Amino acid sequence: MSFEEIQAQLEEAVPGAVVEAVTEPSKDPYLVVSKDRLVEVCKALRQDAGLGFDLLVSITAVDYLPTFGKKKNAKPKEGEDWGPGHFEAVYHFLSTVLNERIVLKVRIPKGEGEPIFPTISGIYPAADWHEREAYDLMGFGFEGHPDLRRILCDDDWVGHPLRKDYVFPKEFKGISAE
Amino acid sequence: MGALENSLPENVLTTSVDRLVNWARRSSVWPMTFGLACCAIEMMAVGCAHYDLDRFGAGAFRATPRQSDLMIVAGTVTFKMAGLIQRLYDQMPDPKYVIAMGACATGGGPYYHFGYHVVKGIDRVIPVDVYVPGCPPRPEALIDGIMALQAKIDREYVLRKKQETVVVGGEA
Repeated sequence: MSFEEIQAQLEEAVPGAVVEAVTEPSKDPYLVVSKDRLVEVCKALRQDAGLGFDLLVSITAVDYLPTFGKKKNAKPKEGEDWGPGHFEAVYHFLSTVLNERIVLKVRIPKGEGEPIFPTISGIYPAADWHEREAYDLMGFGFEGHPDLRRILCDDDWVGHPLRKDYVFPKEFKGISAE
Repeated sequence: MGALENSLPENVLTTSVDRLVNWARRSSVWPMTFGLACCAIEMMAVGCAHYDLDRFGAGAFRATPRQSDLMIVAGTVTFKMAGLIQRLYDQMPDPKYVIAMGACATGGGPYYHFGYHVVKGIDRVIPVDVYVPGCPPRPEALIDGIMALQAKIDREYVLRKKQETVVVGGEA
């Protein structure tokens, strides 16, 4: 089954949820899904659409600067606004039924407070710890997550280290870091 | 052991308390079973048959700090781990020794500039006796570090107050 067929089947099951389908040569194709419909899409992937995407491989968190996708050292022209950049959650799924993979991306623009995604841990239990990691290192919120706390850093850690605007600690619990 | 021996019965030796106790301590340095990262692999290699740390009396890795004399900090020390290392060190009975093995434990290593989570040297948390450089150090380097520690133990004073360490052969 090809990417286009999976996409068609998905759009039939959850109409309007897929915002954009991107296929570029030499890159894995992916679907951009709207934040509010993500849970529905995941349900369809796993249960309803007969696709059998029963394995969540990974959830990745990305912090994109406004310069992403632009040429090196490029600056916005006069009157042009690149915006503040965006956060992105990337979901990789594998169907053990079809032996196919699919990539979903959910984008949240910056400047609207903390990025809050819907949790998919109710559908894929594997998402639990992945979402905790995304919260710990990138500060993503996951609405409805059963136990959203840090997983790698110390419980008393301040900030989210993989954010582009992260400020390195000067000391931690009395140990100098300079 | 000089002229005095001739006037004593058989099987009697004379020596100083310092030498006797230091000999015992130096010859049975029990390290703690404790590894943090890739350096621990080299440390395990040192303990195994090919390099055989038992030749130096330091091969009896204990699974508890309460029976250990030596803590080999083998690997990257994160801030999250630093407090636990401090606690393990506090649980070890005196006299206790610490070897900082590898670049990370010595001074943060490759994480020095851009590692937000790495302690820039375990000597910021606990006192260190011997630093072993390398990334990771070869097993020979760790053996050399343990021998340097044994030389250091040999220079200790048991009954007298600790005097300034005498530098022997350029080693501090």
